Amino acid sequence: MDALIFNKSRAGRRAFAQAPRNAVDVDIPQSLLRPDRPRLPEVSELQVVRHFTRLSQLNFSIDTQFYPLGSCTMKYNPRACNALAMLPGFANRHPLGPVSYGQGFLSCMFELQEMLMSVTGMRGVSLTPMAGAQGELAGVAMIRAYHDARGDHERTEILVPDAAHGTNPATATMCGCVVRELPTGDSGDIDFDALKGAVGPQTAGIMLTNPSTLGVFERRILDVAKVVHDAGGLLYYDGANLNAILGMVRPGDMGFDVIHMNLHKTFSTPHGGGGPGSGAVGVGERLLPFMPVPVVSREESQGRISYGWLAEDDLPQSIGRLSGFMGNAGVLLRAYIYMRLVGRDGMRRIAEYATLNANYLQARLRDAGFELAYPGRRASHEFIITLKHEARRFDMTAMDIAKALLDRNYHAPTTYFPLLVPECLLIEPTETESKETLDGFVTAMMDIAREARENGVRYKEAPYKMPVRRLDDVKAARDLDLAFRPDADEGRET
Amino acid sequence: MSELPGDLLYTKEHEWLRREDDGSVTIGITDHAQSALGDLVYVELPEVGQDLDSGGDMAVVESVKAASDVFAPIAGNVVSVNEELSDDPEKINSDPYGDGWIVRLQPGGGDDDDLMAPDAYQTYLDELDD
Repeated sequence: MDALIFNKSRAGRRAFAQAPRNAVDVDIPQSLLRPDRPRLPEVSELQVVRHFTRLSQLNFSIDTQFYPLGSCTMKYNPRACNALAMLPGFANRHPLGPVSYGQGFLSCMFELQEMLMSVTGMRGVSLTPMAGAQGELAGVAMIRAYHDARGDHERTEILVPDAAHGTNPATATMCGCVVRELPTGDSGDIDFDALKGAVGPQTAGIMLTNPSTLGVFERRILDVAKVVHDAGGLLYYDGANLNAILGMVRPGDMGFDVIHMNLHKTFSTPHGGGGPGSGAVGVGERLLPFMPVPVVSREESQGRISYGWLAEDDLPQSIGRLSGFMGNAGVLLRAYIYMRLVGRDGMRRIAEYATLNANYLQARLRDAGFELAYPGRRASHEFIITLKHEARRFDMTAMDIAKALLDRNYHAPTTYFPLLVPECLLIEPTETESKETLDGFVTAMMDIAREARENGVRYKEAPYKMPVRRLDDVKAARDLDLAFRPDADEGRET
Repeated sequence: MSELPGDLLYTKEHEWLRREDDGSVTIGITDHAQSALGDLVYVELPEVGQDLDSGGDMAVVESVKAASDVFAPIAGNVVSVNEELSDDPEKINSDPYGDGWIVRLQPGGGDDDDLMAPDAYQTYLDELDD
């Protein structure tokens, strides 16, 4: 690996062209000023350029390779969204500036709220949650606030299918609810009888992803909604797989009362390195009073339209604020531009091509001899293959195959999730991939299997061609070391 | 797949149980379970003296892939826990039926009809594999 930029530092070296032109006298009390200089690397401009360009070349990214983690992680980010969001009028807006100065930005955010309502079938949207997990937290907090406002304090149980994302039970627990797990039937739908037996006066709600993490559409969703509503509970929609149904069917029409959307996934905003994200929430009629604030408002008086904020005074039952301002403004803006560029018809094409690509890839891999986890089901925007037979016959795990894919220049799909399926790969190509790319991936998978079958290759040491080989996952989990310590690392040549 | 020790009883949740001479029982997870979980990074143990219900949460094992509950196969009082797992959770990977034991219980009575003999557990595993 390359040396850290700190290791390249030499005392006194400067990038003069980048230094501030004017020293500004700031009136800060001496007691608040730090006594020592910050430990920043001292390098030349060219060193910085080479260092980070080189790092970007080592990266395995959607800009360079097929990335079948899909919208679950990152779709292709159209360049236009970035270019428009960087316009000075947007980029230089200060969140504490007067509302009258930010009418353009606010009008975009208002329209974003309206478009999200339209595409999900919800009655209100709050853009404030700054990540999917925070959106989930807001959603379940609203469910609790709704029951509490009705004096229905006994409703503390949240139903979660065993196929759910791990964040669902974590969110419910964070909101003080008790999690009750629902089993999945053989075809990938929820075990309906188990659901009927589980609901009751203690039911606060159910958290569902549809299509589920198993890559199949919950066919009895209307029956599920009826059972939960009849029992007095509410339905929460985890927007992780919204990409599959955009413009085709709406969570609000399925009976969901609250939804979080990962704008940084479904609506294609960049979020490398774990952020920033946006977990905007949508609500049905019953949860409107509880939305997190602020929400963008629009008023028309004497032919004049003005935008502003709805805050605590306007929504006194709100669950409150989730961020200092109103969420990640730059992310929201990029999602807005993406939606405007794609348009209403484009939304539908996203879902159509995402599912077409997934089903094509599923059929080709099946024909190539890979076992589908749910062979009787059509894929949504993603599907699962299980490598349990390969694992048994060749002592070659899903992880080994994932690493072997890297050497063939394909990013690995999601491995070992969902947990229900042994030795699985969860494959999501997304709508933007060409048929040639999908065919290339199939060829790579067939190569890997043939090498194992005919030549006894087991890929235990793969990847061979990447900047790093197998990493020590156990050490990474047990000995977290995230801070650079100059004393420990200084002068180390690598 | 390695041979299943003949002196143990097994559960559908992939725990094993050994009856000791002093009347206590030792509990761990099976080779199948550790293999499915992958390399373990963390084990959460119950308190000594704690009463556990049959089928209730007993411990949590966390691997590089997943976190999973370990359930008490029978009701009982925790006599001792394998403290070494706190520093060396991978003992469960390397020796699931020996050094990788998790909890020792004093059985609290109640039935244990659901426990399987080695051949029944092997049949159960074979069915899961198909």
